[in-house]
Order: sequence, then C-alpha cells, then structure tokens
Amino acid sequence: MLTALLDNVALQIMLVGALVGIASTLVGTFLVLRGTSMLSDAIGHSIVFGIVIVWLITHQQSGPVQILGAALAGVLTVFLTELLVSTRRVKKDAAIGLVFPVLFSIGVLLLNLYARDVHIDTHTVLLGEIGFVWLDTVTLGDYRVPRSLLSMGAMTLLNAAFVVLFFKELKLATFDEALARALGLAPGLLFYGLLLLTSGTAVAAFDAVGAVLFVAFVIVPPSTAYLLTDRLWLMFLYGIAVSIGSSVSGYALAVAWDVSIGGMMAVMTGVFLMLAFLAGPRYGVVAQLLRRRGQRRHNEIRTLAVHLFNHEGEPEQGEENVIRALRDHLRWDAAKAGRVVQRGSDQRLIVREGEALRLTSRGREMAREILDPSGRSAA
Amino acid sequence: MSTTLHEPDLALHVEDLTVSYHSKPVLWDIDFDVPPGVMAAIVGPNGAGKSTLIKSVLGLVPTVAGHVTLHGRPYKAQRRRVGYVPQRSSVDWDFPTTALDVVTMGLYGRLGWLRRPGRRERDEAMAALELVGMADFARRQISQLSGGQQQRVFLARALVQKADVYFLDEPMAGVDATTERAIVDILRRLRDEGKTVIVVHHDLQTVRSYFDWLLILNVRVIAQGPVAKVYTADHLRQAYGGQIALLDQGTFLSEEAAAEPAERVE
Amino acid sequence: MSVVELLSDYTIQNVVAGAALLGLISGVLGTFAVLRRQSLLGDTMSHAALPGVCLGFIIAGTREIGSILLGALATGALAALIMLLLTRMSRLKTDAGLGITLSVFFAIGVVLLTHIQGMNNASQGGLDAFLFGQAAATLRSDLWIMGGITAVALALVAALWKEFKLVSFDPEFATSLGMPVAWLEVLLTVMVALAVVVGLQMVGVVLMAAMIIAPAVAARQWSRRLEDMVLLAALIGVAGGIFGALLSALSRGLATGPLIILSVSGVVLVSMTLAPERGFLWEAVRRVRARHRLRYQQVLTTLYRLAVHHDDPVYRSEQGMLDTYHGLRTRAVLRQLEGRGLTEWQASPPGEPGPARRWVLTPAGIAEAERVLASLGRENA
Repeated sequence: MLTALLDNVALQIMLVGALVGIASTLVGTFLVLRGTSMLSDAIGHSIVFGIVIVWLITHQQSGPVQILGAALAGVLTVFLTELLVSTRRVKKDAAIGLVFPVLFSIGVLLLNLYARDVHIDTHTVLLGEIGFVWLDTVTLGDYRVPRSLLSMGAMTLLNAAFVVLFFKELKLATFDEALARALGLAPGLLFYGLLLLTSGTAVAAFDAVGAVLFVAFVIVPPSTAYLLTDRLWLMFLYGIAVSIGSSVSGYALAVAWDVSIGGMMAVMTGVFLMLAFLAGPRYGVVAQLLRRRGQRRHNEIRTLAVHLFNHEGEPEQGEENVIRALRDHLRWDAAKAGRVVQRGSDQRLIVREGEALRLTSRGREMAREILDPSGRSAA
Repeated sequence: MSTTLHEPDLALHVEDLTVSYHSKPVLWDIDFDVPPGVMAAIVGPNGAGKSTLIKSVLGLVPTVAGHVTLHGRPYKAQRRRVGYVPQRSSVDWDFPTTALDVVTMGLYGRLGWLRRPGRRERDEAMAALELVGMADFARRQISQLSGGQQQRVFLARALVQKADVYFLDEPMAGVDATTERAIVDILRRLRDEGKTVIVVHHDLQTVRSYFDWLLILNVRVIAQGPVAKVYTADHLRQAYGGQIALLDQGTFLSEEAAAEPAERVE
Repeated sequence: MSVVELLSDYTIQNVVAGAALLGLISGVLGTFAVLRRQSLLGDTMSHAALPGVCLGFIIAGTREIGSILLGALATGALAALIMLLLTRMSRLKTDAGLGITLSVFFAIGVVLLTHIQGMNNASQGGLDAFLFGQAAATLRSDLWIMGGITAVALALVAALWKEFKLVSFDPEFATSLGMPVAWLEVLLTVMVALAVVVGLQMVGVVLMAAMIIAPAVAARQWSRRLEDMVLLAALIGVAGGIFGALLSALSRGLATGPLIILSVSGVVLVSMTLAPERGFLWEAVRRVRARHRLRYQQVLTTLYRLAVHHDDPVYRSEQGMLDTYHGLRTRAVLRQLEGRGLTEWQASPPGEPGPARRWVLTPAGIAEAERVLASLGRENA
C-alpha cells in the first residue's frame, strides 16, 4: 500500500494538501475562536525572515532544527506585537500590521544580499510549489518518501498530540481566560505553545503552499466549521473534512484547468466557506433570513396584540383599536396592516368587527404574558 | 410648572412605538408625551430600553411600528431643533482632537456640505465651552480630560446646536459632584428659556430634586407625567421589581399619593 | 554617487516621485483607517488586488497599467465589501473576516496567475512582480496615473473633511445630524483601495499593510488634532518613501519596497520613543522623576515624624537608621535636601556614642515637611 502511495504522484500531492489543511485546522480553530486569526497572517509572512536567517546560519533548509528555528521567528512576531500593544500607544490590529512587514522586509533584503548563497526563490516564498513535492524526497529504509509528506505528517501528529493532551485546558483558556488563570493553567504559556506550533506548521507547509496560502488553511476551514456547529470537537471534525474536501477537489480542478494546485485548494476552502455562509443550517444567511422573517411576522402580531391590549377599555379605544390606527399610529402601510390582521384572525388572536379590532381571550392572554411585570421581576 | 398644555403641539410625541434588536422587541408599544418647557427624566432598570427609546426617536435605530413627532413634525424635518448628548462611553476618547474641535462638531449639521467651520463657528463653540466652565481647556486633547470634563464637552457640543429639544443619554453617569451640579444648572437654565430637556437618568435618589417630568420605563411604559404624581413606590416597584428594596422607603410619597393612578397626557 | 547625480537619473526620478506619491496617499488614508480600527483592512485589500491585476491583464490582453490598476481597485474594494458582509451577516468576527477574504482572494489571484502563464502570452512578463512591487520599472506614464489617483483621493478627503472627521470620531452623533453615515463609512473604506493601487507598483501586495499603518501611527504620537495628524502622516509617508527609494538607488540591488517599509517603520520607532507627551522616553523620565519626588518627600517626612515623636524640633537622626527605615540608601536624597537648605549635616555633641554627624531639619525643612503632609492628607480625604 505504501508503495502504491509512493508511486502515485496525485495521491501524494492530495495527501500533502490534506495534511497542511488538517495540521492548520488543529491550531487554527483556537486562533479563530480567540479572535486572533490575523496572527496567522503575521506568522506566515515573518517566517520568511526565520527561514532566511536559519539558512544563513545552518546552510540547510529542512530538518527539525531548521523548522524550530524558523518557527521562532513567528513567535517573535507575536511577542513584538504584544509588546507594542502593551505600551497602549497602538491598537492590536495596527501592531500586527507594523511588525510582520518589518520582519518580512528584512527577510527580503537578506535574500537580496545573499541571493547567491540562498536557494530560496522569492516566488515560492508566497506561492509554494505543492505540485513538485514528490521531487524532493528522502530515503527512509527501502522507500523514497517526499520530504513535505514527512514534515507535514510530523507536524500534524505534533499538533494533534498538543490538542488532545491539552484539550480541556485549551478550551478553558479560549472561552474563559480569567478562570483558566485563576485555576493556575497559565493560559499565556498555552497560547504561546499554540503559536509556536502554528509557526512550525507554517514552516513545514512553506514549500508546499507558501506564506499566504497557508493563511487560508489556518483560518478558512475552522471558520467554515464555526458557521456549522457550536460544539468544539465537531468544529475540528468539520474543519478536517473541509481540509480533505478542498485538497481533493482543488487538485482535480487544478489539473483540469491547468492552474496552481495549492492556489486551487485554497480557493476550494473559500468555496466551502461560502456554502456554509449561505446555506448553513443554523447560522447560514438563508436560514437566518427565514428565521428572522418568522420572528418578524410573529412580532408584528405580538405588537398588534399589545397595542390593542394597552388601549382596551380606555377612552381612546374607539380611535386606537381600529384598522385605520394601524396606518395612522403604528405607521404600517395598508398591505402590511391587512396581512397582520389576517394572520391575527387566522390564529384566533383578534376578531375583526367592521373597522374595529378586538382581542380574543387568547390574544389578551398573549399580550398580558408579554407585559406581565411580575413574571419579569420574578425572573 | 404648568402641566396643562396651552399649545396644541407637544415637544415630543411618541405613539405606539415598538423597537426590536435582532428581531427581539426591546420596547413594546410605547406611548410617551412630553410638553414643551419641562425637564423630563427617563428611568428604569438596566435593559429597560431607555437609551433605545432616545435612539429610536433620533432615528438611530429602526422601528418596527409607531411614529414620533417633535413639535408636531417628524424628526427628519426637525433635525435643526434637536440637540443630542450620546453616552460618553460611545466614543474613543483617545481620538486626536481638542475640546474645542469636539464642540465645533455640533455645528456641522448647520454648516452643510463643503463648508468649513470658520471664526464664527469657533467663537460659538468657545462661548458654549465657557457656559459649561471649560473655556480654559479648549485646546486640550480630549484624552487628557477627566470623565466629568469630557461629559461637559459633550454637553457644550449639544448647546451649540441651539436646539428646542435636548436629548441626553446618562449625562450624570460616572461624573464628579461638581460636574453633576454644573450639568443640572445648565439644563435648568435651558428649561427656564422654554426649551425641553429629556434625560436618561440612572439615579433614582435625585429624580425628584432635578426633574419635573418623569417616564418610568421597563420595556413598556409603567407610568408617565409630572414627577410629583408619577414618582411612587408602587410604580417604581412595578418597574424595578425586587431591586427597589435597595432604596430608602422614606424617599417615597405617602401611600395616598401612591394609590392615585398616574396622570396620562393625551 | 552624490544625491544630485542620483536625482538627475531618469529612473531614479521616477522611483522617488512614485514613492513620494505612495507615502502621500497612504499617510492620509491610513490615518482614517487606523483611527477607525481598520488597520489590517489595507493588508486584506492589497492581497485581494492580485486577482484584479490578473483580470485586468486578461481583459486588456496586454500589460497595460490602466486596466490592471482598475482591476486591482475593483477586487480590492470587492474584498472589503465581502469582508463587511461576512462579519455583519454571520457570527464570524472581524479578524476571521479579514483573514478569509485576504487568503481566498489571494488564492484566486494565484490561480489566475498560473492560468495566464499557461496562456503563453509573450507580454505577461513581470505580472508577479506586483507581489513585491517593481519600483525600478516605474514609467513616467505610470506616475501620471498614480498622481491622478492620489489627487482624486486627496480631493475627496478635502471636500468631505468634516464629515470624515465626525464619522471617524462619533458616527452616532453624525447620524443624528442627518449625515449619510453608512455611505461615508463605505467610501472611507473603499478609498483605501486607491492607496493600495498606488502601492502595488512601488512596494507590492505584501508590504502594503505597513504603508497604511506606519505613517499614521508615527504621526499619532506627535499630534493632538486630526488636522495635524493627517498632515504629519503625509509628510512622514513622503519622507519615508523618498528616503527608502534613494537608499535603494544608492545600494544598487536592494529592493525598494522593503527599504521604504523599513524607513517608515523606523520613524514609528523614533516617534514612539521620542514624541513629547506620548514617547516612552518621556514617560520613563516622568516615572523616574515621580519616584524621585516620592522618595524625597518620604525622607523629609520621616525626619519630621522622628522630630515630632521625640518632641525635639532639632532631633538628630542617624544616617544608618534612615537607610534602614527606608530599606535603601538615602544619603543622595539627604544631600539634595541639604542643598535646598531643608536639612543640615550637624556634628553630634561631643561624648555622645554613635556616628560623629547626624541629620537635622532646618526650620525651612519643617515648614516644607508640614506642607507635604498637608497635601498628602488632602489627597487621601
């Protein structure tokens, strides 16, 4: 089976794509939930700096030490950003946007200066070359395994281990940081651990998808999942499903249209997100519109019931509790007024007697329930 | 203070107003009238919809049903006759601008498109700052002002609007005693000039000494009318439920007054 | 090469002029973006300009700057609107909305880029240079377009100055005045795309974020009013742009974009450190001064309390005891007090055990200590 995989270039590419997605989703879910997803953008850009520095020092681009070294640049970005924010002169978003371009700029200038020594193409910095991952292999026993497959596999396992081991702690630190701190969980340390893994994933995924597309894999699958569920473990499941789906469909479309494979995979995450955004069962736009319309209709009837109830038995009843008042006082147009009265009568909440409108006992009960202060004060 | 109306128009007339946030109603069928020349307080527990009521009158939040008139005409036609003091916490006080600049902003509506505030506008703004006792701070960056001073700057911005009806959203929240005194004095002066002042207020203890008109609100209207008639233990209990126990019973009117129904102005 | 020689070089003239224009437009528009907490929107819009660049090329069929910039403007603005839709109409927060549009639009750009490369069109060359900018390739005709865009943006800001100012500071009050706040906000947001379009040529999509943010943040440290901040941000943007461009011309081979970014970021660092009122340095000085004053007052009142306790206005306090009392060395402070005539370093009476000299309050010192204690009492009341 392993031989079959290693002979099949398409399968290898899809597998690397899926692993990039899965590893990114594992860390990205917490970033999205914490409202710090743009840190992945900053990290993705500033590891360029880390990779160049590590190359200049070790003259090697891959390997665990190199990944760790470059990943530290990502952590440095976050640290510098938080340092800026702590001065209270700069807001968080501005601080992010100040720090990573500086590191990225230094990285690019170093590339300029040492271009002859560094085998990093500024082009792949941003785009990656997932289509060529099968060319760069390492020998493991009898097999020649693509380097990316190895590093992404390792990163995925590492991220999964981190999330599984610290699931409880991460969950608490994400949803109630103060409580986590009170319980002695060191949410700050946990967060930096998460960001170190994010940076490591970015470095490992760098050859395959580059700095910017990596951002798509971190943010989009978890966001898609967030639009579909409220359960944390389901978010992971949906995010992983989106990653695999995007990898497979992205590869197929890229081959069919002869375009960038990594790019197409990232575009597909966006397509899945759009689907969830529009058609998600609870939080999708269509579902929300339908629910809002239902609520609005219900509220219109309730508004009418409360209006009739308020003026019932008062001297102004003859003026207020008539159809005309819906136009003159509630400022509803004739069509809307007609619709609401019709639905109110259908639900046996009001009775229409010529021009006059009267509450049925059910309608009165409903209005009283809405206005009942004792019920509210007891709550 | 005369409570009967000699003019046909009310300063503020709210009729059957229902407002909802995220399709959940926060104000139900509000009928609320304020005659001209009074200082009116809107009180009620947290979440009663006090700020929402003001905002919907000013067209800042959409309404589900009902309508509003100011001196007989809808808000859009009366914008120039209305002054507004939003909650202090609604803006970023670290914004690079001076006290004088903020007050001048009150004149932007009158200036219209493409016209810049000039010397005349600056003089007007300066005069308003003087009125609230902040003339010495005109060139100060607003982040360097205390909470009370910031609130006075906001009040000055409404004063330059030279309005007939003023709406203030919790102007006395979190300010020092001096500022509170100064604000009340200015509002009284406005009322004595025949203006109408409508204030969202949080401190029940001071309602009777500051105001002459009162709306007690809790999602619906609990009671409204002259303070002397409306400020009763019964009404407050209806609005605040159990929370009212915190208040000293001695501050309420006698039981006979409480038994009388509140007068509604129609 | 001297600066005069540099400036007479045609290419360098173009680069410097382009960098200055970029600094001007991004300083002005960035001020509003930063104050309205939309700092990272520039980042999203510049990445989202990539598909527009490609679409402009595909539609025009050549590397014609007009259609390319128009395409960039269109997709940049579209991304901003989609970002607003995503966050307004779903439970996604702003950061996720920004990240999603940034990365997915960029991915679409990458796909289109490879599609164009597949078309084997001879004139495609250098499209991907927009990723990092290609300042050196700036033509006089490009400058006219960039200048035109900058002029439009500045004219809009000038014409709608007080509206933009009020909408940025207090949108609710602006609405109550009857201003079309939603439209003004959309306009301010979309206008950032104009700066992005100018920046594509000079610094590329990746570094545009800093061009929007850095001049504004630097200017904020020095200014009390929006008017000053906009002017200063424009100035810092222009100066940083020119400086970066010249540096790149002098160094030969170092990319212009990163040098411009490092120049404006350097100004940020200097401003945050040195600006009066807001600079760290002055804050540190203020803190040291305050601590110093506090210690000075503490030592003075300690002497006073000891004198009161012993019911002896000329009570002599031992240096060592004062050190122990405060947990630190007080000699320097006491010397200063002496310099102001508040204390005296008097010889102990002969035959008394202990150190030969001790500290005594002068009448002026007693008066000063009483003044300090009274003011502390007022603060605590």
